[in-house]
Amino acid sequence: MEKIPILRMGRLLLVTIQVDLYDRLAESLEADLVQMINKTGARGVLIDISAVSIIDSFMGRIIGNIAAMSKILDAETVVVGMQPAVAITLVELGLPLSGVFSALNVEKGMELLRSKLTNMERNVDGSDDGSAE
Amino acid sequence: MKNEAIRILQKKNKAILESWMKFQLLDEGLREDLMSNDDLRSQSEELLSALTSNLNDNNIEDAKSMGFEQVNDILASVSISRAKQGFSPRETGNYIFSLKNALLEILQQEIKDPQELYMQSIKIGKLIDSFSIDTFETFLRGREDVILRQTDEITEISTPVIQVWDGILALPIIGTLDSARTQVVMENLLQKIVETGSSIAILDISGVPAVDSLVAQHLIKTVSATRLMGAECIISGIRPEIAQTVVHLGIDLSNILTKSTLASALKTAFTMLQLQVTRKNVTNLN
Repeated sequence: MEKIPILRMGRLLLVTIQVDLYDRLAESLEADLVQMINKTGARGVLIDISAVSIIDSFMGRIIGNIAAMSKILDAETVVVGMQPAVAITLVELGLPLSGVFSALNVEKGMELLRSKLTNMERNVDGSDDGSAE
Repeated sequence: MKNEAIRILQKKNKAILESWMKFQLLDEGLREDLMSNDDLRSQSEELLSALTSNLNDNNIEDAKSMGFEQVNDILASVSISRAKQGFSPRETGNYIFSLKNALLEILQQEIKDPQELYMQSIKIGKLIDSFSIDTFETFLRGREDVILRQTDEITEISTPVIQVWDGILALPIIGTLDSARTQVVMENLLQKIVETGSSIAILDISGVPAVDSLVAQHLIKTVSATRLMGAECIISGIRPEIAQTVVHLGIDLSNILTKSTLASALKTAFTMLQLQVTRKNVTNLN
């Protein structure tokens, strides 16, 4: 069976979906990714869907699920490179993926994730300082 | 036996044309500005000869028969070209009806027996009426084509996506937003976002006459789709009346960035991109 590779880049995980997702593949991606976040302690997940040209409500939900699960495991999810047609389809399906961050391309997605991580760390530091005083 | 009327009409082709032209030229609705008399004459001659040469015993009562294909083709092209040239329906109708007058006039001159004249007149009248209806249908179709083409053009030109700054797109919407237009607007905008790699889109609705719940729904959809692509969307140009309607209708725009003018939207966009606009320091130059 095909498998979607999950690459580790420091504290981030990079998933590039190069094929059109079918249901089983998406489900296994969901499971693999959650396992991987747990194993590596990743703080951010970047999903590149620039090669995906067809999407249905199930895939939309899986992406939303992945984001929600990652959030519970303390990792932010950014979806990058969504094609216009895919975006329109998702909106028409009534799935605006409100919990998911998006970026135009991998570069901007990385930037977004990094700034989010820095912010989070700063906040954590800030609250620590606050409690110490 | 060949029908008396048909024989007369075929023989008197020339006279009919003269009489027809006379009727047309006398008509108040004659549009010499749209079509010269020579053109009108050649058009009429072509139609008349097609009619009389194809007329026979079998098809005199059936305008849809195969024999009249040529006539119908000519009529169709005449009425479509008239629709495009801007003739009024009355003028186009008169063109065909004056042919009926001419035909009946000739019949009247040639047939002496009142009974026979009556029968033939009815037949010819029915035939020409049937042609008139076809002409009218084609005329309307020609007009509808014009309208459809214009609608397409308006949709095409009315949704320009402008790049106002590196990374900032503006999309002024003029006119009512319906589902079809929203689709075009959304596609254009998203396509342009991909092409230019912009991260902020400003949707200016100062040209939208009214916002109802449906239009708001369309706007929300566009904003959601833009966000999915990874760009932020600002709605600007919201007039006081529109703000009133939106609140009265109970539409929730709270998670959409809204600004009253394009200028303030642009300012916000600059802030988001951490850009700053400063006045040139003139005193230093002196």
